[in-house]
Amino acid sequence: MDRDTDWDGVRLHVVTGKGGTGKTTVAAALALALASGGRKVLLVEVEGRQGIAQVFDLPPLPYEERRIAVAPGGGDVYALAVDPEEAMLEYMEMFYGMRRAGRALTRMGIVDFATTVAPGFRDVLVTGKTTEAVRRKDRSGRRVYDAVVLDAPPTGRITRFLNVTQEVAGLAKVGPIKNHSELVAGVLKSPETAVHFVTLLEEMPVQETLDGITELRSAGLPSGGVFINMVRESLLPQAALDSAVKGTFDVAELALGLKAAGLADGPDDATEIAEALLEEVVEHARRTELEHRERATLAEAGAPRYELPLLADGVDLAGLYELAETMRIQGAA
Amino acid sequence: MTKAAPVLDIDAILDDRATRIIVCCGSGGVGKTTTAAALGLRAAERGRCAVVLTVDPARRLAQSMGLTELDNTPRLVARTEAGGQLYAMMLDMKRTFDEIIEAHADPERARQILSNPFYQSLSSSFSGTQEYMAMEKLGQLRRSDEWDLIVVDTPPSRSALDFLDAPERLGRFLDGRFIRLLTAPAKAGGRSAFRLLNAGLGLVAGAMTKLLGAQVIKDLQTFVSALDAVFGGFRQRAEMTYRLLQAHGTAFLVVAAPERDAMREAAYFVERLAEERMPLAGLVVNRVHVSPLTRLSAARSTAAAEDLEAKGEHELTAAVLRLHAARMQLAAREGRERDHFVSAHPTVPVVQVPAMWHDVHDLDGLREIGTLLAKTA
Repeated sequence: MDRDTDWDGVRLHVVTGKGGTGKTTVAAALALALASGGRKVLLVEVEGRQGIAQVFDLPPLPYEERRIAVAPGGGDVYALAVDPEEAMLEYMEMFYGMRRAGRALTRMGIVDFATTVAPGFRDVLVTGKTTEAVRRKDRSGRRVYDAVVLDAPPTGRITRFLNVTQEVAGLAKVGPIKNHSELVAGVLKSPETAVHFVTLLEEMPVQETLDGITELRSAGLPSGGVFINMVRESLLPQAALDSAVKGTFDVAELALGLKAAGLADGPDDATEIAEALLEEVVEHARRTELEHRERATLAEAGAPRYELPLLADGVDLAGLYELAETMRIQGAA
Repeated sequence: MTKAAPVLDIDAILDDRATRIIVCCGSGGVGKTTTAAALGLRAAERGRCAVVLTVDPARRLAQSMGLTELDNTPRLVARTEAGGQLYAMMLDMKRTFDEIIEAHADPERARQILSNPFYQSLSSSFSGTQEYMAMEKLGQLRRSDEWDLIVVDTPPSRSALDFLDAPERLGRFLDGRFIRLLTAPAKAGGRSAFRLLNAGLGLVAGAMTKLLGAQVIKDLQTFVSALDAVFGGFRQRAEMTYRLLQAHGTAFLVVAAPERDAMREAAYFVERLAEERMPLAGLVVNRVHVSPLTRLSAARSTAAAEDLEAKGEHELTAAVLRLHAARMQLAAREGRERDHFVSAHPTVPVVQVPAMWHDVHDLDGLREIGTLLAKTA
């Protein structure tokens, strides 16, 4: 089923990004893009925010894999909202046949234990559930999902989140949790996994992305691509942008144009409107300049980059398909 | 603004000497830390002695306030002409936790706790502990009474609500029956509350061992009994801070950006603060796109651009008109997000801060944000 994308052979796509960069939207669009052409993809969220349901405009998702969207050219996107408590009960039942004891543990506050005192345990449970879906096979021995997309915690926490063996090793040197974490790490550190970063062309998100990639690589985790989200197309020619920054923009010509378009009541009004518009032009030019710089900075990371447009009407379902198509064209899926 | 919300008067809050704590909360990536720093600077420039407690290690912002190190101690950033002072510090949660232990335990016991693997996980993890330590630090700063205004920026939690829940959750856990069970199952058996659960106790203990391994249980038991002997009142501490937040003199500012997710989080937070009877001062909407030319609508601007393009003249003007139309469209979308909020929460005061094309790098930038925040027109 390979189809010459930048990530052939990758089955687990982990998507991270600084808050406010549109991580969940990108994860959802990536799942659609990967599913297109008749494939089956699972989209997983782990932070209990019900972000997937919101993006797809659905009621809250249960802890259950269910089909939520059909991809272009056939193909299915399934979604799963992992709940650490449920994942723990499932884990206990699956590996130890202990359903009843699990319920008792829940009542005793074991979940507070897992999520508060030792988040390493919680992380190994949710990444464990995710990697299980990656490895799962049907009766004929074929993988159930062609790909799994994980809407992961933000950039600041991603390495800690994925570095499960490290996190758990400090707590459990031997024992079942330790063994389980090694199984999970086997998938996360393999070439079957890629960790993608979502960023905006702004200073702080770009810096966090570079820091995140460095941290990830030094932990031996596989870094993937960089999705530059909400890119605004530059509507003005470069010469106009340059002159706006230099302060030599031809306001008189702009005023003439406004008159020609019938937008001004007389020459004074035309100048007034032109001056106001110039403010917008200068700001746009400065921001464009900054975006060029940030783009160049991102290039230093040496990771494939994909640009996703800012959707004028916000992200709705149609917008998701548009983003998915953009990803396909650029070879991300 | 199509729907009118009451205007949030930032200067009135800063100038009111009774305001002792300002808490900035909201989802990640909305400019919370910048808002907190700008408020601190403005307060100092209006004569207050302010300290900004930030948990976000964003380097550029730290540099903008002259902070280069994470040393958990308030540093003087500026003395102002109005006789005010601005201090700032970044929370080092592990250091804060270590200090609590060191202050309450004899050296031998402190060493035992500090080297326990559970303590290390708990004190350096990002979940819960950061919120708890931020609150602990806030309590310490408040009790020291060295500053007459503390501006605190809440941790970038997966959900903003963790900030309210975490101290309680951590306190409840460390103080709770599960821990009691773990440390002294025999004692628990005698108490009526546990009678019903008794049958399950063996089952639970067995399951715990099977699930986590005997060594983990042993480490956990050691850790808990060491902590327990040092100070039994973790929950009491959490409750003290909680009451401090509810008290007169605290002002919560919910910070958001004019986007669906951030506004939804903001609405949720406003409701939650009301439930907890926390004093909400208002909503700050950052990064709002405004236009100096609102009288030229997106539709009219686009139509004029099309007209010029069709005639094949004034290409530059056409391009500028398209730029303006895109901006007006964005402003309209942001306006709708804000209106949703205002319709649902018509009494919450709101202030909007226009978007800047660059990040803040220095005190001048923070001052500019402060001026925009205080604009009541």
